[in-house]
Amino acid sequence: MEGLTLSDAEQKYYSDLFSYCDIESTKKVASNGRVVELFRAAQLPNEVVLQIMELCGATRLGYFGRSQFYIALKLVAVAQSGLPLRVESINTVKDLPLPRFGASKNEQESRHTTSYSSDTENQGSYSGVIPPPPGRVQVKKGSVSHDAVQPRTSTDQQESTSPVVSPQQSPPTSPHTWRKHNRHPSGGNNERSLAGPGPFWSPFSEAQTGSSAGDAVWSGHSPPPPQENWVSFADTPPTSTLLAMHPASVQDQTTVRTVASATTANEIRRQSSSYDDPWKITDEQRQYYVNQFKTIQPDLNGFIPGSAAKEFFTKSKLPILELSHIWELSDFDKDGALTLDEFCAAFHLVVARKNGYDLPEKLPESLMPKLIDLEDSADVGDQSGEVGYSGSPAEAPPSKSPSMPSLNQTWPELNQSSEQWETFSERSSSSQTLTQFDSNIAPADPDTAIVHPVPIRMTPSKIHMQEMELKRTGSDHTNPTSPLLVKPSDLSEENKINSSVKFVSGNTVDGYSSSDSFTSDPEQIGNAVTRQRSHSGTSPDNTAPPPPPPRPHPSHSRSSSLDMNRTFPVTTELCPLKSETVHFWLCISRTSKNKLHTGQQQAGVVAHPPAVPPRPQPSQVPGPHVHRPVDAEGLITHTSTSPQQIPEQPNFADFSQFEVFAASNVNEEPDDEAEKHPEVLQVEKSSDPSGSLRVAKTDGRIEEKTAASAPANVGKSTTPLAPPPKPIRRRLKSEDELRPEVDEHSQKTGVLAAVLSSQPSIPRSVGKDKKAIQASIRRNKETNTVLARLNSELQQQLKDVLEERISLEVQLEQLRPFSHL
Amino acid sequence: MRKKNKNKNNKNLNASWLKPYSLLQNYPLYIRSIPAEQELKFHYTVHTSLDVVDEKVSAMGKALVDQRELYLGLLYPTEDYKVYGYVTNSKVKFVMVVDSSNTALRDNEIRSMFRKLHNSYTDVMCNPFYNPGDRIHSRAFDNMVTSMMVQVC
Repeated sequence: MEGLTLSDAEQKYYSDLFSYCDIESTKKVASNGRVVELFRAAQLPNEVVLQIMELCGATRLGYFGRSQFYIALKLVAVAQSGLPLRVESINTVKDLPLPRFGASKNEQESRHTTSYSSDTENQGSYSGVIPPPPGRVQVKKGSVSHDAVQPRTSTDQQESTSPVVSPQQSPPTSPHTWRKHNRHPSGGNNERSLAGPGPFWSPFSEAQTGSSAGDAVWSGHSPPPPQENWVSFADTPPTSTLLAMHPASVQDQTTVRTVASATTANEIRRQSSSYDDPWKITDEQRQYYVNQFKTIQPDLNGFIPGSAAKEFFTKSKLPILELSHIWELSDFDKDGALTLDEFCAAFHLVVARKNGYDLPEKLPESLMPKLIDLEDSADVGDQSGEVGYSGSPAEAPPSKSPSMPSLNQTWPELNQSSEQWETFSERSSSSQTLTQFDSNIAPADPDTAIVHPVPIRMTPSKIHMQEMELKRTGSDHTNPTSPLLVKPSDLSEENKINSSVKFVSGNTVDGYSSSDSFTSDPEQIGNAVTRQRSHSGTSPDNTAPPPPPPRPHPSHSRSSSLDMNRTFPVTTELCPLKSETVHFWLCISRTSKNKLHTGQQQAGVVAHPPAVPPRPQPSQVPGPHVHRPVDAEGLITHTSTSPQQIPEQPNFADFSQFEVFAASNVNEEPDDEAEKHPEVLQVEKSSDPSGSLRVAKTDGRIEEKTAASAPANVGKSTTPLAPPPKPIRRRLKSEDELRPEVDEHSQKTGVLAAVLSSQPSIPRSVGKDKKAIQASIRRNKETNTVLARLNSELQQQLKDVLEERISLEVQLEQLRPFSHL
Repeated sequence: MRKKNKNKNNKNLNASWLKPYSLLQNYPLYIRSIPAEQELKFHYTVHTSLDVVDEKVSAMGKALVDQRELYLGLLYPTEDYKVYGYVTNSKVKFVMVVDSSNTALRDNEIRSMFRKLHNSYTDVMCNPFYNPGDRIHSRAFDNMVTSMMVQVC
């Protein structure tokens, strides 16, 4: 037998009992009458008593020693508490109340009663009175203990009768009335009145009848579930509040009785004492709730809108926070409106809260909107109430009394209901998921599905390589980047919005398809450009100016003349790719077959990615033409005005060759020109290096100037000379144009084109008389002046545009503070 | 996990912040973070991120506001954490601050979290006792946020 640890109260109690039973004072109690009486007074079924005796070892010994007796008493307490009888439970069960014996000594009972009961009003009145308990009971009652008990029961009777008599005015009080109603039919149930504040008395009174009925109240079986509730609440210390409620409810009942049902719904609710089973709605309560529901919403199948419910429940004067929480609990489908079930649940929660019960964290199952089904399926009120009650103890408010394991045993009996509840919960969860699905927009998921496979961060170099490949191969849709375009995510859209430029830019946003989507564009562009480039590159004609230079951005609707200018700022935005694009352009240029213009093309390419290498070609036409007049002044002026071009240095060598070539093709006069030409060229060459330095700084301009010079050359001369001289002249011209910073190149080129076209083509005939030469000289001078003016104007425009660009960039930076984060 | 500030919620993965911000004054309706220290720092982060949110919202212009556009995505990354944004149709902003060390958190997860937040927020709104603009004390909401943050941590 394991050691028995008893509290002081228990120790005293047990010793008292032992001494009581130990008539012979032999320190061991045989199974004498007193013990038998004692155990019988415990209102335990015989089998339980036998079990106890067996557990404590008395059956072995044949008698009750002190330890056995104590153990037995402890087991009695365990059994009375409804816990299963186990040897371990002797010491493991905490806060076990003293075993109650109906026949035990009165003084002991009263002593312990006072210790447990918070209600003292009945104690005094019960001492000394010895009304025999009506109905069954009992065992040996001569003792004073009965006296203590009887008056209680009588008063209970009295109290019970009176409430019974009075009509049920408030549904909340129905628990009591219900019980009384329930008891009465069973006869002599007055003792079971709820009014007994003392936990001992009420359980005792209930136990009396319970024992007669052979129920196993103490063992925690279902039969009168409310009794169980009583037991459960009475046993546990935390039920002190309940006990407090109990007398309060009694008072309320009397109040209700005395006062007519003039109270408002709130007051009635306040007086409701559903404390014994806060989470179960009794019939009367439910009926009341339904009536209230009808006042708001006549249709029982309809909803109460949130606002109406809010007003209604606000009348209960609960704090808004709690009302909010009650709403959260009761509005099961989260629709902002209350169905009948939800309304009843909310009402019930309000009632409970007003009675001091803490709100549960989640809706008790008994309050779930399945409640209606439960009641419908169950029998008339009592049974459903019983069912509910038996279930509710198991559900006992989590914040309240500790659950009673024995009460939970009632759950198996509620299989049906529990199943219903389970199904409901499943349904509710599914409904919630449904709700979530509804609120979700399907496209979002596909996005995510697509997003994942796609997050490829395309580095600029990689993209560039693809560009290169595309341009070389001429195909732009079979590259690996094209699949990436499939990505429909908003990120790509955003990125597209962000980077209007179609060149790939290193995106900060996880490099999704933003960069990918752009790769194809440049590739397409490149292809187009390539094609155009190749066209222009391979047509060094003397005929009309070649077609407008190919645009790097086919989508841009710009005039050809403006391309040079516009592409310039555009490319600056693509800093990271500039080098690659330049490289790209270089490759393209190399592919061109035009050897003559290679140099200039290269120059133009290096300087300005979207530059238009073909531009220089038109200049080739007037090249030889310029040579014609052999105007030293003009040449010199050209020379003086011509600075630059680094990459043109290699051309100088070509020029010498061209000179020779030109000289060879020219007759005497042209020879002179040619001779002078080399001089000029020499001068140019010398000046060029210096100019080239300057040119280096204005890389971007070179191309423009080259282009500008091209039309200039075209206009200036339509020499019949072979192509070789043209580049020479063109170079001179280009130098002229290139020196000043050409701003609006397009405009200049346009003007130049107009000017140049107006000039008549200089005949190539060698035998020009001086007149013609002078005339041509004059014309050239005029053209020179015009061009010089244009130069200055373009320079000015260029400066202005640059300033605008700078200011825009500053604004851009100001508007995008986060771009640096 | 960072805290979650909900004003829209800011969820930091080291601590998630959920912070719903109301419309006009941009004050937080709900703030939550895990762990609870450095709350002030996240508070500040969330507040500054509101500017980015506003910028993105205005950038979207009059585009139809479908759920895709409710999700603003990564607002801006810092050295320690990333800030995600989400705006509802009623201009309630959710800001989530997530620790950068949590690389496992992908965009779709963030989206789903925002979606859950949005759902919970609508549930809160359905409560007639909740006045829009009040601080959110809903326990259901708290539970949802806690569970979500615990998931990510």
